[in-house]
Amino acid sequence: MFKILEKQVFSPIIKLFVIDAPKVAKSCQAGQFIILRIHEEGERIPLTIADFDREKGTITIVFQEVGKTTKQLGAMEAGDYIKDFVGPLGEPTHIEDVDTVVCVGGGVGVAPVHPIARAFKEAGKHVIGIMGARNQELMFWEDKMRAACSELLVTTDDGSYVRKGFVTDVLKEVIESKGKDNIPLVVAIGPQPMMRAVCNMTKDYGIKTIVSLNALMVDGTGMCGCCRVSVGDETKFVCVDGPDFDGHQVNWAELSLRSAYFKAEEQKALERHECKCGCGGGK
Amino acid sequence: MAEQKAKKKIVPNKNPMPTQDALERARNFNEVALGYSEETVIAEAQRCLQCKNEPCRQGCPVEVDIPAFIKLAAEGDFDGAIKKIKEKNALPAVCGRVCPQENQCEKYCTLAKKHEAVGIGRIERFCADRELQKGVTLPEVAPPTGKKVAVVGSGPSGLTCASDLAKLGHEVTIFEALHVAGGVLMYGIPEFRLPKAVVQAEVENLKKLGVKIEVNSVVGKFTTVDQLMDEAGFDAVFIGTGAGLPYFMKIPGENACGVYSANEFLTRTNLMKAYQFPEWDTPIKIGKKVAVLGGGNVAMDGARTALRLGAEESWIVYRRSHDELPARKEEAEHAEEEGVKFAFLTSPVEILSNDEGWVTGMKCIKYELGEPDASGRRRPVPIEGSEFVMDVDTVVVAIGQGPNPLVPRTTKGLELNKKGNIVANLETGATSKPGVFAGGDVVTGAATVILAMGAGRTAAKSIHEYLTNK
Repeated sequence: MFKILEKQVFSPIIKLFVIDAPKVAKSCQAGQFIILRIHEEGERIPLTIADFDREKGTITIVFQEVGKTTKQLGAMEAGDYIKDFVGPLGEPTHIEDVDTVVCVGGGVGVAPVHPIARAFKEAGKHVIGIMGARNQELMFWEDKMRAACSELLVTTDDGSYVRKGFVTDVLKEVIESKGKDNIPLVVAIGPQPMMRAVCNMTKDYGIKTIVSLNALMVDGTGMCGCCRVSVGDETKFVCVDGPDFDGHQVNWAELSLRSAYFKAEEQKALERHECKCGCGGGK
Repeated sequence: MAEQKAKKKIVPNKNPMPTQDALERARNFNEVALGYSEETVIAEAQRCLQCKNEPCRQGCPVEVDIPAFIKLAAEGDFDGAIKKIKEKNALPAVCGRVCPQENQCEKYCTLAKKHEAVGIGRIERFCADRELQKGVTLPEVAPPTGKKVAVVGSGPSGLTCASDLAKLGHEVTIFEALHVAGGVLMYGIPEFRLPKAVVQAEVENLKKLGVKIEVNSVVGKFTTVDQLMDEAGFDAVFIGTGAGLPYFMKIPGENACGVYSANEFLTRTNLMKAYQFPEWDTPIKIGKKVAVLGGGNVAMDGARTALRLGAEESWIVYRRSHDELPARKEEAEHAEEEGVKFAFLTSPVEILSNDEGWVTGMKCIKYELGEPDASGRRRPVPIEGSEFVMDVDTVVVAIGQGPNPLVPRTTKGLELNKKGNIVANLETGATSKPGVFAGGDVVTGAATVILAMGAGRTAAKSIHEYLTNK
């Protein structure tokens, strides 16, 4: 059992937990993920590591409530226990030898991009951070991102905070103002449409772009093959070959279809969970 | 004495195994074979001729003293029989169910030359189940040696290796990647062939021997084999991580929605209990017409599971003929009885899907059998122009698995072969790395539960020698 040591509520749907998981904290690196299962009947869900503290033996996760499991997780409190928590899984982000990197975090993707930005900065790189959210309410970790980056640009889709626009708009301005030759690498993490839009844009400039994919997954150790994704001409497993991939090589259309695989079942589980008729769905 | 033996009346046929009605069981996940009664097991055990040369024993990878336990069972001494079995076999309730007995012990049974072999597996299963019900007596454990062994993977080879080492007085810790111990016995083999409660009962027995089991522990990620030995103080490591990497056909359309690896299909169902969705949270989606690619036990498990999940039609698509099916005869028969259909001499070349990414059909080609190949089986040769489209909406790929790469990739100095399997001496389990032993599917490629157990036992013996001389 893994104890929730701390909970922060960033918005009604975005929450942070600090979990007591010394084994994971000891060896994890930026870009890796964990799989958790809340209770005996629960599903195994992957979440990217947002932060870690090796001394305290803790892992920080930030997640958005989407389906039944994330809603159930969001309802848990500090002091509660999560049944299973395994990691670190996946390959760490490769901290490339570039002078400058732009780290783009969209929505809840700000959390996983944070340790990557920090790792690049610790390696002596100039890190330009771009973070965006739909609106001010969904914005979090501006302070942490500011600390992890050399410079930080913030935007909201609706203009309710700082400026109006998508992260792609800001990224385009950065590339245009600095010159594309001075931006050798972009790391983008966020919802699939956002990562896809970033990649479409950077491809035109010829700027290498790394994305972190969050595919459907069961075991997370290469065993089930559920998380496969077409990258270039090859089928890769997100869990062991990724989660980072060259975004220009990813078959986004296929990934988007595969991600929607269990949409109807997820909806059913959610409705049952939220049903107050006493059918047991609230468990 | 000789005179008495000559008089022994030969009973030609095995006592039939009571099973759930085929059509009824094809729609539930309860165990198919119901097990012998006490009367039947005694009758079956009395069929044994107690041959002096004990041919059956050569067919047992873990060297169970088969004639001795059958004699005890024939006398109704089931306590004695299970004790005898457990001298060599740590998982008798599992083996009694899933060992391919017809290719092992029972193949060599003297009766099998003219009649049906003694139902050795069924007798073993009865003795083991009876003991699990009435409470297990623990075997003797040697005094602590002060030596620590790490076992990576809690499948059949790891459990056997751990059990043997614990009995010899070593301190054993098993590291398991999933949230529950048992490996393929939990995620791969369906509930209707091997109830998960049986596996967990066997795992509990192991814990009673003092074996520690750390679940949620992916060796190769949170720690490495080198760290286990250099930092965590383990004197030896056994790697039994199995064949957990699914192979695909590498044909167009294989990443369409509705195409599963057998591992995913079975893991969702068995380990995550998707058949109880939405009471359990993990879903599985199944169409009306399912094609399972392959002809082994895993393929049979997939096809039978598909029916139980509600498929209207479930097909085994295999590129050779019925005679070459690698699955156990009994499994293929059970599948057929339950309504699984077979498309022999057929193999897919492309999986078709619609705009939403869903499987709409499978383009296949017909084969004929040519000359025998290196495996001794007649080589399937595609027939030109024989392409046709099979009307299916779900595809399960069960063409085999490779070694899981997480441990081999992160262990320095471990010799691997071209396929990525760990190179280990089959007589000892020793790898190229001192103190590191390996066995089971990660060494041999995908095989059977009992062969993996045999490898675990072999390795335990040499680990014991290694630790004793260290």
